[in-house]
Amino acid sequence: MNAARLEIICPAGTPAALTTAVDEGADAVYLGFRDATNARNFPGLNFSRDELAAAIAYARPRGTEIFIAINTFAQAGHEALWRQAVDDAVRIGADALILADTGLLAYARDKHPDARLHLSVQASASTAQSIRFYTRRFGVRRVVLPRVLTLKEIKALNDDIEVETEIFAFGGMCPMAEGRCSLSSYITGKSPNRDGVCSPASHVAYLPEDDDLTTQLGGFTINRFAADERAGYPTLCKGRFRAQDHVSYIFEDPVSLNVLDRLPEIVASGVTALKIEGRQRGKAYVREVVRSFRQGVDAFYAQTPAPPSDLSRLSEGQSVTGGAYERQWR
Amino acid sequence: MTPSLSLGPLLYNWSPEKARDFYLRIADESDIERVFLGEVVCSKREPFHAAYWPEVIERLEASGKQVILSTLALVATPREIKSLMSLKSEADYLIEINDLTLLEDWDNRPFALGPYVNVYNEATLKVFEDMGATRVTLPFELTRDTLAILGKAATSALEVQVYGRLPLAISARCYHARAFKLHKDGCQFVCDRHPDGMAVDTLDGQPFLTVNGTQTQSMTCANLIQELPDLMQMGIGGFRLSPQDVDMVAIARAFRQVITGDIDPAEAFSRMETGDFAYANGFFHGVEGRHLKRA
Repeated sequence: MNAARLEIICPAGTPAALTTAVDEGADAVYLGFRDATNARNFPGLNFSRDELAAAIAYARPRGTEIFIAINTFAQAGHEALWRQAVDDAVRIGADALILADTGLLAYARDKHPDARLHLSVQASASTAQSIRFYTRRFGVRRVVLPRVLTLKEIKALNDDIEVETEIFAFGGMCPMAEGRCSLSSYITGKSPNRDGVCSPASHVAYLPEDDDLTTQLGGFTINRFAADERAGYPTLCKGRFRAQDHVSYIFEDPVSLNVLDRLPEIVASGVTALKIEGRQRGKAYVREVVRSFRQGVDAFYAQTPAPPSDLSRLSEGQSVTGGAYERQWR
Repeated sequence: MTPSLSLGPLLYNWSPEKARDFYLRIADESDIERVFLGEVVCSKREPFHAAYWPEVIERLEASGKQVILSTLALVATPREIKSLMSLKSEADYLIEINDLTLLEDWDNRPFALGPYVNVYNEATLKVFEDMGATRVTLPFELTRDTLAILGKAATSALEVQVYGRLPLAISARCYHARAFKLHKDGCQFVCDRHPDGMAVDTLDGQPFLTVNGTQTQSMTCANLIQELPDLMQMGIGGFRLSPQDVDMVAIARAFRQVITGDIDPAEAFSRMETGDFAYANGFFHGVEGRHLKRA
């Protein structure tokens, strides 16, 4: 079983966010290169090769590991971009590579037999059998679990596999199985799997009319807010739509995941690490979330009461959920 | 590469009677080489449909059609895993893998790889071909350029969906149940009310997406009938028709006539524009999937 302490894996979209995460006590920070090889390919975000080297130089002496997410699917005819990313991440000294593409996993295993490979949530491995497909073939050492399993199912899964698992603990949530969603690609032409982009800002419009604010993506109305409502970003699965003559958040309410108050259950489920979502978020977000999780996890092991934390301000719609970890969510 | 027509698995929760009659008609009247049979979307529906499969399989085979058993796209519960594992001993039929669960210790028998497995490049295609994939239905999101590259690299028979609403996303959550203020556990099988899926519109009444239980589909219906000659030229010969609640025998006939050159693709397309669906072919052309590029 899992005698080690639960790790906290933090996002960094910029060098400033990275330093903050390290300073706040992240066990590892995950980041991506500044191109289509990572699933948060947004303007102004991510790292050059030199910035990765600097990140490692800052993090390693402070006991923090650096993981590189190369977790989109390599485009046929352009696989060199993804392979170069793998080669560079290994050469510069990343502690782990987070991959999703089967062909890229095969390449990484073959070319860099000693590299530590993690399976990205984008690979959507939700059963012990599919996880073993990746661990046996490619020597994957950790699997980020898709958000389709309840905590009870995660415990049963961990009892059945040898490999480490990492679960999402905080942040924005996809209601769809990750790596298997083409909604953005269908509406905007920009694909999470291919381009590392979902609901891109380039396709967003905010249209004020009287006291209302309408948000659109690719010309489609995603939501409309009254003056007293806080307008959210028009992520296409998180809007209000009409079905059966009834308007609702049919796919997902404007909520964020937070499992901070469920640490005993999570530790008992045998997961190795908690992942915080949000490489697109700023330094302030990273500081507050990492600090709260650091304090919460440390207090859990010290068997002392956790200091009060209020992360609701940082949550979408300012409310939180256990999401797919609870059966009722389905 | 001989071009051929496949009928994809029925994605909707039609009544077992309706589905059975549909397949018997396909067996008796359609000019389709191969039929994929199996519940892909929701394991809760499977018991109702499994009841008529033996009869349908027998009739399809008697009419010379190949039957391939299709499998769940998202596998999570022990019951789903067990049901999937029971297919492993199935020696008589090719199995279409839509989730890697069955491939854990695959014995190199031939199998079909379904469109729910992410194959975006040659290296990935090769991993599965080396394991025994003899037939690969590629993800619908691929562009013409990617299809051409994979067409050149493939040792397996490649297939693409050329007709039907696209299965854009799959979830652990049932949106059909949610729209009726129910949960998946007590869903009352409300997905059976919409034989072509449930329309989801924007607040301004724009047709947006289609919900089919845990699956979110396109509002538009994919139609690559005009692209068939191009696909054949790049070495892709399997054309998947995904069942909708329309005359699929007539749909198959139209595609066949384009394959054989008996009708001009643009003419075939315009004859299909009967108002049942808004058609789209955007993914093939590298733009928004909902887009229709006219010839």
